[in-house]
Amino acid sequence: MTDYNKGKIKSVAGPLVIAKGMRGCEMYEVVRVGNEGLMGETIKLIEDLAYIQVYEDTTGLKPGEDVIRTGAPLSVELGPGIITNFYDGIQRPLLAIKEKSGDFIGRGIDVPSLDPEKKWDFRPIAKEGDELQGGDFLGEVDESKVIAHKIMVPPGKKGKVAEIKSGAFTVNEVIAVLDDNGDKVELTMKQKWPVRIGRPFKEKLDPKEPLLTGQRIYDTFFPIAKGGTAAIPGGFGTGKTVSQHQLAKWADSQVVVYVGCGERGNEMTEVLMTFPQLDDPNTGEKLMERSTLIANTSNMPVAAREASIYTGVTIAEYYRDMGYDVALMADSSSRWAEALREISGRLEEMPGEEGFPAYLGTKLADFYERAGRVLTAGSEKRMGSVSIIGAVSPPGGDFSEPVSQNTLRVVSSFWALDTNLADRRHFPAINWLTSYSLYLDFVRNWYDENIDKEFMVIRGDMMAILEKESELQEIVQLVGQDALPEADRALLEVARMIREDYLQQHAYHEVDSYCPKEKQFLMLKVIVKFYTEVKKAIELGISANRITGVKIKDEIARMKYEPNQQFSKRYEELIKSIESEFESLRNQ
Amino acid sequence: MKDKDLKSREYRSVTQVAGPLMIVEGVEGVAYGEVVHIRTPGGEERMGQVLESQENLAIVQVFEGTRGLDTDETRVRFSGDIMRISLSKEILGRSFDGLGRPIDGGPELIPEASLSITGAAINPTARAYPDEFIQTGISTIDGMNTLVRGQKLPIFSGSGLPHNDLAAQIARQATVLGSNEPFSVIFAAMGITHEEANFFMNSFESSGALERIVSFINLADDPAIERIITPRMALTTAEFLAFTYDTHVLVILTDMTNYCEALREISSAREEVPGRRGYPGYMYTDLSTIYERAGRIAGRKGSITQMPILSMPDDDITHPVPDLTGYITEGQFVLSRELHRKGVYPPVDVLPSLSRLMNEGIGEGKTRADHLGVSDQCYSNYAEGRDVRSLVAVVGEEALSERDRLNLKFADAFERQFVTQGPDENRTIEQTLNLGWELLSEIPEGELKRIDAKYIDQHYKKASPAKTGE
Ligand SMILES: Nc1ncnc2c1ncn2[C@@H]1O[C@H](COP(=O)(O)OP(=O)(O)O)[C@@H](O)[C@H]1O
Ligand SMILES: [Mg+2]
Repeated sequence: MTDYNKGKIKSVAGPLVIAKGMRGCEMYEVVRVGNEGLMGETIKLIEDLAYIQVYEDTTGLKPGEDVIRTGAPLSVELGPGIITNFYDGIQRPLLAIKEKSGDFIGRGIDVPSLDPEKKWDFRPIAKEGDELQGGDFLGEVDESKVIAHKIMVPPGKKGKVAEIKSGAFTVNEVIAVLDDNGDKVELTMKQKWPVRIGRPFKEKLDPKEPLLTGQRIYDTFFPIAKGGTAAIPGGFGTGKTVSQHQLAKWADSQVVVYVGCGERGNEMTEVLMTFPQLDDPNTGEKLMERSTLIANTSNMPVAAREASIYTGVTIAEYYRDMGYDVALMADSSSRWAEALREISGRLEEMPGEEGFPAYLGTKLADFYERAGRVLTAGSEKRMGSVSIIGAVSPPGGDFSEPVSQNTLRVVSSFWALDTNLADRRHFPAINWLTSYSLYLDFVRNWYDENIDKEFMVIRGDMMAILEKESELQEIVQLVGQDALPEADRALLEVARMIREDYLQQHAYHEVDSYCPKEKQFLMLKVIVKFYTEVKKAIELGISANRITGVKIKDEIARMKYEPNQQFSKRYEELIKSIESEFESLRNQ
Repeated sequence: MKDKDLKSREYRSVTQVAGPLMIVEGVEGVAYGEVVHIRTPGGEERMGQVLESQENLAIVQVFEGTRGLDTDETRVRFSGDIMRISLSKEILGRSFDGLGRPIDGGPELIPEASLSITGAAINPTARAYPDEFIQTGISTIDGMNTLVRGQKLPIFSGSGLPHNDLAAQIARQATVLGSNEPFSVIFAAMGITHEEANFFMNSFESSGALERIVSFINLADDPAIERIITPRMALTTAEFLAFTYDTHVLVILTDMTNYCEALREISSAREEVPGRRGYPGYMYTDLSTIYERAGRIAGRKGSITQMPILSMPDDDITHPVPDLTGYITEGQFVLSRELHRKGVYPPVDVLPSLSRLMNEGIGEGKTRADHLGVSDQCYSNYAEGRDVRSLVAVVGEEALSERDRLNLKFADAFERQFVTQGPDENRTIEQTLNLGWELLSEIPEGELKRIDAKYIDQHYKKASPAKTGE
């Protein structure tokens, strides 16, 4: 009799293994490959041949070794214990891997994603007799100091609560039993979900609120909405990773999923080192208390890298379903695309542009489509969101390549990093002329109501100054600054102030690293005040040279380093100093 | 039994030889990555490795070239093992060829360990973040783009530029302040000339450090495909010394462009879909398995610092080799032909240069509290000065504002005094920072926006004229 659950390796080349005798195996089914049981996933089927991408190094595999089917697609385990954890691309906890294989990652290591021993204190929310459906809350668990983890009825399950427990349980113990028309449905605190399929929700809603990041360039100029998508493309060293780290630290989402996809090991270590130390300005607790990390560094297996962003987004959707605003950072989506290309190349698929498979665009769109603000599943009316921010690493820093272009097509905020700015240490090196946000109109109301009606108006004025500056710069390049009218020379000074004193924001400065919206607004008003006084002085015929020599400029330059809490006091002082210095200028 | 096994794994069934590849048919149980021993009809022994294993067929890359192989008498023996290197503490002071065979006339090592050269990824939870300042004695490095222990920081260069002098100077002068643990240097040469290799050896010798050096040498006229193996031999040795013997190791890999060309040669022989400029699409991943082997591990004393050197074809930093390298390494030193022409040594262009790990390695208790400010400020004024320099060419000096004039002067002085130093000049970090202050003191105080006011009070116009190291 043929054993349909088992095949044999036919060939091995890099991460791709072809197995025979696999008839009946499903697409995207997880299989165990070779004597060490390396984990893999089928990505193409021809008759009885299965093409398998293997999530671990395949060195030493031989034709003839067994390939065993598991009957299940690549899935993540969802339940308490994800927050503060640190996973590889296929949701294996890296600390557990270290316990088994030491400082270097070994092969064939099988560790559960959620700690099977740990007991969680389960508090029921549902009561016996309640009629529940997928997405409804059974109860909750304090997963971390800030995350109340809602235990939900998994999608597709339903019934009347026949039994619900209370107390300390592991993720594998039954905590509730539903009666689905006579069928007993036993539920634990853990559910599984295939990573390549988005979790269900009721309805997608328009974005409304900004995802505030404490970074002036985004919040003021190019906001992303909660549930929105953004891309940060840039050549190496332009600041993609620092930007992503800054967003993961300071964005006002309740949960952060950080995916290090094919990037450096030390950058992950840095996150591990700093997040448990830093305070979250929104909760006062440590940042780690709301974060989970997925690290599949560049030298870890390339197929697991391909899977890592799906692992990340599935986890993000799960917390969204509880009603949280979740932000997912993927650094870098280009490495994911390259993994896709490598596998596609091994499958000998017809290559598209630059060797990427023709379906690159579709896959990217599918991924970003999993972002959104939604009405979640469940009978209660509940909103949650997943925002996705992807770094893009274009070869040679040239945005015309396929990953950048396909990403541009699907994201709504575009934060273009610029090598020129980075070379002169203007950080964040986001080019204010080429970047954009399509969320401006969606979130304008929110700014009016929650900061000030003036905010967006000032933003527009500032942008206009910066645009004018770039026109003037072209003239200066030809004839020198002296040839400009006084008013234009003064404007250049204000533009410089916006660039250096407002847009530049030092990620490693203890104060400047995070700039709350109130401070952003006051800083803007200081610059507006300065500009108003400058214009007045010009009208009175005071020369641009004298104007640009004012001392107050130096103080304005330091306002970003003023402690955030006391800033409104400092603001009053600055406004007074500006008035008095210009007054004496006029009286001279 | 064992003998029979060995014998049965010897074949004479080579059916195809093309480029660096060979196809052997009728084989059985060949492992992916298995090492292959080849005997040519002429009786020469060569080494290869399985790139693809099918049921009855293996595709083998031959490291020492396929010249002289045939499809008749060539014998192929599958070793049953993956590629390894035998290591012991006695390796210090020894020289090997690109495949790890002694070339110094010394005996084979008595191995303490035989390690797979592929290495395994360090678990990110096991890493210790690099934060120990390495003083190289070179101002543009120590002051502007600081190197730390466990960092991977390449030199991007071009033909004819003095990258070797710079690398050798770093290897000679590098110290960690307040520590007298010695560095070992592992030198991996891929396709460089005899002169270049000799230059390094003489430099190591003159610093009396030969017994701390291990070298793996593949020269320009050595087999190209060997270069795939050379850096991995070197890095496995580095890991052994660093993590078994608590040694701080500096690994110099030169020239990575030659390594990448070997990779391209194999890829095109396999008729793979080429990526940019014919380099394989997986080159990023491949390079990462080399560069990511730098680092520190929590709870272990040793460290691996990597300094790859690569030449940028046409001085083009967007070429795939520097580009993909820069995406993996923790910064880069970029050498500039223009500075070199002007007689600036070392001709490091600080603007595109970067050390990503600098922040953790500098400041109070490590270098000096004002370090970050000085570096940021010098960057800013130098960048502006460079802009002005190109502007002057168009509009003339008269059209410049006072601020522009000062920045222009700063840029010139920065290149002449700060960047420029002798190939044997070893400056302390104090000297470097004071030199920075000396130049910054020419800029009006109020313009120094990047430096905390308290450091301006301490150092502005107070720097004693920098004395250079004896
Ligand atoms: N906001 C910032 N503040 C200060 N330094 C920054 C900032 N953004 C980037 N940098 C500097 O630029 C370097 C490179 O940034 P990184 O994010 O690692 O680049 P990328 O990921 O694009 O290669 C960092 O090591 C840091 O020195
Ligand atoms: Mg990065």
